[in-house]
Amino acid sequence: MTPGIRLEGDFAHDGRKLFGDLVLELHSGQCTCLLGSSGIGKSTLLRLIAGLETGGSFSGTITTTDHRPIQGRVAYMDQSDLLLPWLTAWQNVALGARLRREKPDRAKVDRLIREVGLASHARKKPRQLSGGMRQRCALARTLMEDTPVVLLDEPFSALDPATRRQMQTLAGTMLRGRTVMLVTHDMGEALRMGDRIYAMSGSGLQSYDLAPCATTRQLDDPAVMEVQARIFSVLNA
Amino acid sequence: MRITGKSILTSVRESTLVALSLVVVWQLVVWMTRVESFILPSPFRVVIAFRENFGLIMHHALATATEVVAGLVLGVLAGILTALHLMISDRSRRLLMPALVMSQSVPVFALAPLLTLWLGYGLASKITMVILIVYFPVTSIFFDGLRATPGGYLDLASTMRSTMTSTLLQIRVPAAFPSLASGIRLAAVYAPIGAVIGEWVGSSNGLGYLMLLANGRVKIDLMFAALIALCLLTVTIRAVVDIACHGVVRKLS
Repeated sequence: MTPGIRLEGDFAHDGRKLFGDLVLELHSGQCTCLLGSSGIGKSTLLRLIAGLETGGSFSGTITTTDHRPIQGRVAYMDQSDLLLPWLTAWQNVALGARLRREKPDRAKVDRLIREVGLASHARKKPRQLSGGMRQRCALARTLMEDTPVVLLDEPFSALDPATRRQMQTLAGTMLRGRTVMLVTHDMGEALRMGDRIYAMSGSGLQSYDLAPCATTRQLDDPAVMEVQARIFSVLNA
Repeated sequence: MRITGKSILTSVRESTLVALSLVVVWQLVVWMTRVESFILPSPFRVVIAFRENFGLIMHHALATATEVVAGLVLGVLAGILTALHLMISDRSRRLLMPALVMSQSVPVFALAPLLTLWLGYGLASKITMVILIVYFPVTSIFFDGLRATPGGYLDLASTMRSTMTSTLLQIRVPAAFPSLASGIRLAAVYAPIGAVIGEWVGSSNGLGYLMLLANGRVKIDLMFAALIALCLLTVTIRAVVDIACHGVVRKLS
């Protein structure tokens, strides 16, 4: 059972309030996108949920719908692929097990590498792979963790538009059923992938729900365009 | 940059050219100033001294090389272990770090007479000298490298529930290897200095001892020949260390 997550509280950095009285809900098994300009605190929210160092102080609660701790049930993927340059693509995908001193499920590593289309590159080092390949490898590593919650921090922003679209479709398909939080500043990406979109601005969070879809949404769908117009009006206000 | 046969050849050719020009300048100075050969022998005389005393020079060079290599290996190992220990233990870091930094205010060379007094005239005092010289730079450079691991790798390890030992050995250490390599390269240059100073203070073996001996007998050409042997030894050790470090760094990045 994939848990939903609810974050509620204030966050201050160097005595300056970054956000206050904020409520963010990630629905179980859905993709929630957090949209907003740089420096507004999107990544901080994601890091709070991931239990990572934020450099500020948070007062509030982060709860799960199944009342079990989030720690150990989260996979994290960053804008930079974070592949270890001294390991091969295959070893990078199996990194989690390696770090926990467990035996990696070799068949599963092979399968994920095949699914992200890196079967013929498994033995290569990251520097021998293109940016898109590296990000696919990072996606396979994230999925290898088999956690119910997946947190993505602008995972595709360093890629060219064509590769980014491919990655969105691939990730959308492969992450189905997990509770996903995607931080992005790309409206198109949020609309394409999110079941729910939070627009983050100086005045707080505003949420928009979209009709569920199988993989990624078409941006020329009138319903999607209507949501887009509403989000724009909030972000520009 | 990649070390290839071609690049080594080019660098050898270039350094030979520089060395040859220096020899020419040296010979010119000798000719023009007509300086006495017991003050500054001509390169020609030095070459002859080198050939005549080849066996003797090799015998002493071997002693110095043993001290340098043994001290280098032990000093680098001790440095690596200390840096790792400082990473693992907060208390050691608090207690040991200031002491380590303070210890650097003592000129290591000034300890040479003490080392000879305590450890005798043999290999042990010279190897200890080399260890003392090599230890601190390796420790501090590697420790800094271990602490400078990119934050993203550590975030990843943290969400993957990595153990502290795994994070240290599988992420921090390989990520810090380039720093360790610079530390080892530096150590390879410092090490012969330590060995020779140890030999000057008291020994019956090694190129430093041979230099003093030749100086005392006004065989300045032999002294220069020993000095050149020392340079060649240093350059060789440095080159071997460089190639080895380069290979590993390339493999890890």
